[in-house]
Amino acid sequence: MSNITLTRQVFDINNLNLWYGDHHALKDINFPINKKEVTAIIGPSGCGKSTFIKTLNLMINMVPNVKMTGEINFNGQNILSDKLDLVELRKNVGMVFQKGNPFPQSIYDNVAYGPRIHGMKRKVHLDEVVTKSLMDVALWDEVKDRLHTPALGLSGGQQQRLCIARALATKPDVLLMDEPTSALDPISTLKIEELILELKEKYTIVIVTHNMQQASRVSDKTAFFLMGELIELDSTSTIFSNPADERTEGYITGRFG
Amino acid sequence: MTYMSTRSNFDNNLKELKDLLLKMASKAETAIKESMLALVNQDLEKAQQVIDGDNEIDDLEYEINDMALLLIARESPVATDLRKISAALKVSSEVERFADIAVNIAKSALHIGKEKHFKEIIDIPKMMEMALEMVSESISAYYAEDITLAKKCAEKDDEVDKMFGSLVQELMSYIPQNPNATNQIIQLAFVCRFIERIADHSTNIAEDVVYLVTGNRVNLND
Repeated sequence: MSNITLTRQVFDINNLNLWYGDHHALKDINFPINKKEVTAIIGPSGCGKSTFIKTLNLMINMVPNVKMTGEINFNGQNILSDKLDLVELRKNVGMVFQKGNPFPQSIYDNVAYGPRIHGMKRKVHLDEVVTKSLMDVALWDEVKDRLHTPALGLSGGQQQRLCIARALATKPDVLLMDEPTSALDPISTLKIEELILELKEKYTIVIVTHNMQQASRVSDKTAFFLMGELIELDSTSTIFSNPADERTEGYITGRFG
Repeated sequence: MTYMSTRSNFDNNLKELKDLLLKMASKAETAIKESMLALVNQDLEKAQQVIDGDNEIDDLEYEINDMALLLIARESPVATDLRKISAALKVSSEVERFADIAVNIAKSALHIGKEKHFKEIIDIPKMMEMALEMVSESISAYYAEDITLAKKCAEKDDEVDKMFGSLVQELMSYIPQNPNATNQIIQLAFVCRFIERIADHSTNIAEDVVYLVTGNRVNLND
């Protein structure tokens, strides 16, 4: 493999296996993730896609009885074996979930939360980060006059964009999104999708989605998981026009899964 | 792999689309045959019928297009499903060209009118027979999604091209001895050109079939 290819990869996962107790949930996953690309992960429920995405910032370690083997190289460091600063990892690999989950605090404090934890104290710096993060998620104009009101007063779509802003505030390299629009109305969904396309200029994004049209609209690469295996990983256009594996074809055309 | 019938309605719609195209192709094929009979037998009434019947084939093409677009909008098809719909759109446009060619041949028959043929027309129907084989094979290959048949069809294109070359040369050579038949001879040369186009459109359909089945684009016209 050439160095050029290596430097393009932010994650390089080799022979990753994961067990929940006796249940073998991820099987021999080999998965390179390129910088500033959007990688979509699709597959039926229980296929391991959420498990996989949670290994990338080791959120998976919060589940009891998880055992992993193999390598997850993040910027050249194997996060499974090396001495690792988990806080640093999660600062660099942010995550948003199905439903916006703002802290029961003000809009401002939600976004400032991460930078504060990482030692940012001066108001002028925090103001700058909050403004920039909210602008990045196209929420600024909607909330600039009520930054100190409760975040839980925002609509579902706004809450989700706030959570993305909160993740961006620590200046991560990678943004993990686990079904980020599954609880949103169609317009809020499209806003998030537009946002993903803008964010990929600066960030690497991995998105788990049940919405195949969404995967085809926003991603550069698509990975199809089935029963813990990575069946196919290819450019999104290939996956949706001419997939190599008939199980991928069956799933994306809605004939099984 | 057997799939749960999660999309049986969509599958039925795809089948209907294909059946509609088969119906259109069969009408176009008939139109071509009728136009040839009109030309050979100088049957001007039949020629006019072919021209008048073209609307019906055009309407079928619109119907196929509307249904294909509706399915794209409604079902968000991907992979093979999307290629099936794309093929229906492309093949229907080739079939529409078959019908237009039938009209062109019928018009040539009208141009020649009742003027006595300067020579018995034997080779042109032979060339047409070969082109019609290609039409029928290309449509069968589309319907059965049969690449082997598609390739077999495309192989005949060279032969039709050769016949075209020699027939046109032959026709031109008659002009000096038959100056009064010049119009007729030119019309017949046009007809040869039309038949050659039928073979080309059949080859295009054969290529569409290969793409439909394999997802790979090929040029069968080399």
